[in-house]
Amino acid sequence: MDFGFKLSPSSAVNLDTVDRRRYDRLVQLQPDALTCIGCGSCSATCTSASWTGMSVRKVLLGLQRGRDEEVDKMLSGCMLCGKCTMVCPRGINTRQLILTLCRLDKNGEVVR
Amino acid sequence: MRERFASGFDPFVIPFVIGMIFVLGYCLIAMVRVVCQLPKADRKRFLLSLITPKYIWMNVRDIFLNCLIHVKLWKRNKVLGYMHSSIAFGWFMLIVLGHLEVMLFVPERIRFFYYPIFFNYFVAETEQTLQGALLMFLMDFFLLLVLSGIVLAIIKRFVSRIVGMRRTTRLSVLDQVGLYSLWAIFPLRLLAESFTAHISGGSFLTIPANWVFRQFLGNDLNALPTWWAYSIALCIFMCVLPFTRYMHIPAEMLLIPMRNAGIKIRHPRKGFALLEVYSCPACGVCIDACPMSVRKANLRDCTVYLNRMLRRGNERRIAEISDKCLLCGKCSAVCQVGVQGPELRIAQRERRKFALSPSYADLDVRPMAEAVAGSGGVLYFAGCMTQLTPSILRATGSLLDKAGVSWKMMDPDGGLCCGRPLMMAGRTEQARELIAKNVEIIRASGCDTLLLSCPICYRVFKEEYPLEGIRVVHHSVFFQELIAAGKLPVQREDGLRLVWHDPCELGRGCGIYEQPRAALAAAGEVVEAGKNHAESICCGGSLGSLSLSFEQRRPMTQNALDNLTVADPDQIVTGCPLCLATFVRAADRPVRDIAEVLNEHC
Repeated sequence: MDFGFKLSPSSAVNLDTVDRRRYDRLVQLQPDALTCIGCGSCSATCTSASWTGMSVRKVLLGLQRGRDEEVDKMLSGCMLCGKCTMVCPRGINTRQLILTLCRLDKNGEVVR
Repeated sequence: MRERFASGFDPFVIPFVIGMIFVLGYCLIAMVRVVCQLPKADRKRFLLSLITPKYIWMNVRDIFLNCLIHVKLWKRNKVLGYMHSSIAFGWFMLIVLGHLEVMLFVPERIRFFYYPIFFNYFVAETEQTLQGALLMFLMDFFLLLVLSGIVLAIIKRFVSRIVGMRRTTRLSVLDQVGLYSLWAIFPLRLLAESFTAHISGGSFLTIPANWVFRQFLGNDLNALPTWWAYSIALCIFMCVLPFTRYMHIPAEMLLIPMRNAGIKIRHPRKGFALLEVYSCPACGVCIDACPMSVRKANLRDCTVYLNRMLRRGNERRIAEISDKCLLCGKCSAVCQVGVQGPELRIAQRERRKFALSPSYADLDVRPMAEAVAGSGGVLYFAGCMTQLTPSILRATGSLLDKAGVSWKMMDPDGGLCCGRPLMMAGRTEQARELIAKNVEIIRASGCDTLLLSCPICYRVFKEEYPLEGIRVVHHSVFFQELIAAGKLPVQREDGLRLVWHDPCELGRGCGIYEQPRAALAAAGEVVEAGKNHAESICCGGSLGSLSLSFEQRRPMTQNALDNLTVADPDQIVTGCPLCLATFVRAADRPVRDIAEVLNEHC
């Protein structure tokens, strides 16, 4: 039955329980990530966005808030086309950032 | 000629024999190893090519022209060419003539393989030597040729600019040992042959030298030590050869037949890749050519150092060098032995392990396929980068309409990526998934021509897509054909000076140089950049590089722009949306896409 509205599951984030190891390791390897201002240029230009909802901004945000499943889903849709790098006003090397992130396992270790 | 020693042996040949056995054994084992490492199909193909007359002829010709005469080096720089061909061809002729002498005068000794090398020590001149006068003259002539090459090599070590090289490779310790022993071989040979010239006979070089030495030495006591020194120098050179850059001499002789047979890199470290690494002569031509080396940055990240690190197995540096490269392909274009720098690097990237791999199998492309279904004619795929620069998109559409072409756009609301960026990042498997999806859409459209305005897409569509029966064409070529056929009435603007920037993927990648220039000539005067065609300089924005930051790319862009504006053009024209977007940020004059320029004059 459609009431025109629905109840969403709670989206509250408990920052105390969030596992930030992946994000911390990413920042260590790619300090550029810290300079993101969340402008969303990357999201606006992303080729993959219309297919999988990919957005580098959201990936960075999701990592800090423990939304691991969402992040992984977005990352697995990235086609590495490089448009986000082209438009980033902070000059963040987003392709390198995404590739580095794909190399990190759940514990934030680089897979070998 | 008669023999001086009944045994035909002297202990001084021992070092040479040791070195020779070592180097031959090493090369033989290495060769078998490389051939065994090839995938089965490739190995079969290679071995078959060795017994096919067409390939045999090609191999002999290429080995002669490249390994002995060094034709490519001659084209690059005359002094460099002379230096290499005098040493290689001169040495080769000394060996051949040495064998000829033995076969003529003491045929029973030919089974001693050291005999032709030390022939002059073992024989004494008799009356019949007149028959050998020509041979002796030739021996001295080729020795002189080699010595002149060595002199040039020594000068080049100190002033590399005389051979047109700003920077040369920094040699490793073993390379230096090899180099100095190579330098020593021929002067020692001259000395040794001079000391025995009054016994063995000689020609214009050795006889006068012998006379001079005898004037103030007056005895033969120096002869044997000099022959020893000559033999030891040969021994040192041959013993270090497998571990130095001189390994390129034997390796190239295997590389050429394999390349002729169409073998490609299939494994990052084995087979053909290994052979390419060993074929690198570490000449350093790629250092000057590399667009990253501008302002003395990244000097140690050129292909020559990648090859060195691959030989040493330095994983950290291999990863660093592989990730940094722009994959512009210029090092391959200038390489004298044809080492494929970009392909080697992509192979290293493919080796990397990931915790998370993308998957595109679930993407539903049916709506896109339905939107273009049955449109036929020309299908225009803009691709990611053109979507980012809509002016190109509009200009291309407008030109197609003006020419009356029946066309349909494949990705009006954004489509899938072509897969080339993934391939550059070493994720070939994932790229194949995207390719399959795109092929599905293209096949549904029933088009006969696939038009692309991005060289990155163009290359992968041409090389990797199974699109038999469909013509894949870059828009610069397509418009040039329309202009030539009189379907696009482009008006020439007098006094408009245009320079064409050859995008890496379009020029070096696909070999398209002339059509865009011809198309531009219809709109204005085409002037040339300082370095163009196969030696054009990458804009610095390439997707090939994974790790170069925005700041590191900036000087490369500036350098490319400086090169483009040497003839002071009014506009810089390119055919790649990525080059365009990169140049626009730093250029002091308008940068346009070829479609925009043509559309403006039409």
